[in-house]
Amino acid sequence: MSAVPLQAYVILSAVLFSIGVAGVLLRRTALILFMSIELMLNAVNLAFVTFARMHGNLSGQLIVFFVLVVAAVEVVVGLALIVGIFRSRETVDIDAVDALRG
Amino acid sequence: MNAVPWIVGFPLASSVLLGLVGARLGERTVGAIASLSVLAAFAAGLVGWSGVSATESGAIRAVLFEWITVADLRVAAALQLDRLSALLVLVVTGVGFLIHVYSTEYMRGEDGYARYFTYLNLFTASMLLLVLGANVLVMFVGWELVGLCSYLLIGFWFERPAAAAAGRKAFVVNRIGDAAFLLGICLLFVTLGTLDFAEISRALGDHPQQAVLATLPAIALLLFVGATGKSAQLPLHVWLPDAMEGPTPVSALIHAATMVTAGVYMIARLWPLFAAAPGVLTGVVAVVGAATALFAATVAIGQNDLKRVLAWSTISQLGYMFMALGVGAATSGLFHLTTHAFFKALLFLAAGSVMHAMHGVIDLRRLGGLRHAMPVTFAGFAIGAIALSGVPPFAGFWSKDEILHAAYASGQVPLWIVGTITAGVTAFYITRAALLTFTGTPADRKAHPHEAGPAMKIAMILLAVLSAAGGLIGAKFLGAPFEHYLELMFHAEAHAEAANHAAGGLSEGALIAISIVVAVLGIAFAWSLFNRRRNVTLGGLAALAARQWGLEDLYRAAIVRPLEALAIALAGRFDPGVIDGAANGIGAAFVGAGARVRAWQSGYVRRYAAGVLVSAILVLGYWLLR
Repeated sequence: MSAVPLQAYVILSAVLFSIGVAGVLLRRTALILFMSIELMLNAVNLAFVTFARMHGNLSGQLIVFFVLVVAAVEVVVGLALIVGIFRSRETVDIDAVDALRG
Repeated sequence: MNAVPWIVGFPLASSVLLGLVGARLGERTVGAIASLSVLAAFAAGLVGWSGVSATESGAIRAVLFEWITVADLRVAAALQLDRLSALLVLVVTGVGFLIHVYSTEYMRGEDGYARYFTYLNLFTASMLLLVLGANVLVMFVGWELVGLCSYLLIGFWFERPAAAAAGRKAFVVNRIGDAAFLLGICLLFVTLGTLDFAEISRALGDHPQQAVLATLPAIALLLFVGATGKSAQLPLHVWLPDAMEGPTPVSALIHAATMVTAGVYMIARLWPLFAAAPGVLTGVVAVVGAATALFAATVAIGQNDLKRVLAWSTISQLGYMFMALGVGAATSGLFHLTTHAFFKALLFLAAGSVMHAMHGVIDLRRLGGLRHAMPVTFAGFAIGAIALSGVPPFAGFWSKDEILHAAYASGQVPLWIVGTITAGVTAFYITRAALLTFTGTPADRKAHPHEAGPAMKIAMILLAVLSAAGGLIGAKFLGAPFEHYLELMFHAEAHAEAANHAAGGLSEGALIAISIVVAVLGIAFAWSLFNRRRNVTLGGLAALAARQWGLEDLYRAAIVRPLEALAIALAGRFDPGVIDGAANGIGAAFVGAGARVRAWQSGYVRRYAAGVLVSAILVLGYWLLR
């Protein structure tokens, strides 16, 4: 039934992760940056599930649930931060926020 | 109730009290508290003294607390009153009380009246601690404290540069001796394993090992160097004449009667140790003492400052005491210490009275004819001078004669000759000082000298009585009670005494006759020179002697100047360049490094993220490739 080989899932996971990294590093809008992080998290989730299947071990699937919970929490905190930044600075450009410059 | 801690406690408490609130009290109150505290210490000393005679061991100990307990080193803060320390306690508190009383009048109206008595009481307490210490370390604490008080009191008028410099000089020179003393203490502990006086004498009386005996001379030598510093013996005598910058009662108490005799006391206290190193006693202590006695006496001849005459005289008399110790006659040395405390304190107090009357003039060339204006002072000075010269039956005669006799009896005739010559010189210079001060016509007609007030008079009169009659406590025809009193402490002398009878030579009567004749000759010679003619300029040899035979100049050229030059060079270049440079350079290096590193903290989130990514790749790569 499964015509798709497992390697393809791993490669897809790597590609999604890389797109996420590129998004974090290259985009300046806070919301896009945020979405890229989500992409990275889900790429990792995909990798976990794939490897769980590969080794016949349920630990990988279990961890995915943890990641989902953490991601939800992170979204709450992260969005609150973005709203806060927007309120104080009237912008969501992440490079405009450099108060910690040494 | 043990009286011993109170002896130190009274003056100490008074010092603390006056130091805290003295400035708010009136002069009368301050003087009364200070004097009475010393009188109370004297009374406590008497109580303790009577207790000492009653005890079997002849010593009362008071352990205040365990002080140091480290491995084998066990030192208690303990005091010990025995016949020897009781003698010193009575001298220190007795003479000290009179000088306190004298000071209440002498210092009247001075700025820092309370400060003066704070220091003076602190000195008394420290000196008593030195005397009463039951081990070498407690003695050393007292030893350092009296040095501190000496420094404070020499520099009492610190706004005068000369006084400040004199205080500094005294402190620095004493430091040399103290360092040797401390080394001696360390070596003593390493060798014998104890610092307690009683245990030291027990250890040495109990047939010590050969190795211990071999180390004793080194210990004795180091301790003696300490004694030369405190007691102003060659070659560390230079600080005492300068110490005359302090108030005159201070000179009387610290630099004549008590502190400077600490070296003599230390050797007497550690007598078992020194007796076990006879080479050091006869070869070093006696020789240094005799040399100092003659050297200082010759320097005293040409001094034009009355107080400096007395200062050199003190150095010379201390030399006698060391000579006595050196020839094994410790009791004679201590006897001279006692009588010297009486008559030298008297001479200083009389000199202070002259200074007081003449508004600070102390130069012999500007004094004269004070005999009529100040009869009590004149009588006091005359009695002190005669006692110093060694004319019977005044105090100095008995003790000095005993020392000369002991020197002769020990078989060291050169020492006896030096001592006898010194006696003649002593009589000469003190007669000169007395004549120039009190006879002839006043050099300054505008001055209106006045006799001292009651407090100063009483102190001088009582000391004059002691100077006149005090020698009888050791007089042979009365059975030499002083010698018997200390007999138990110094067994070694019996041997010296035995040797002397075998030696033969001049009889004791002849020796006494010689010393009296020499003293009278000295007085007569000075009388013939200075009674009528006022301006006898001292030529040639005497002028050279007055300049300390060039010794002070030598010190200045060989030690002081190079050290000063070194200090200036170090302060000018080395300190700002190397020391400050190192400190500032290290600081500047970190500031510079920080300025570079701070550029990394850009504040841009994306750059931090990139940093995290690169680091993660590096770590991953490392784990994969290794």
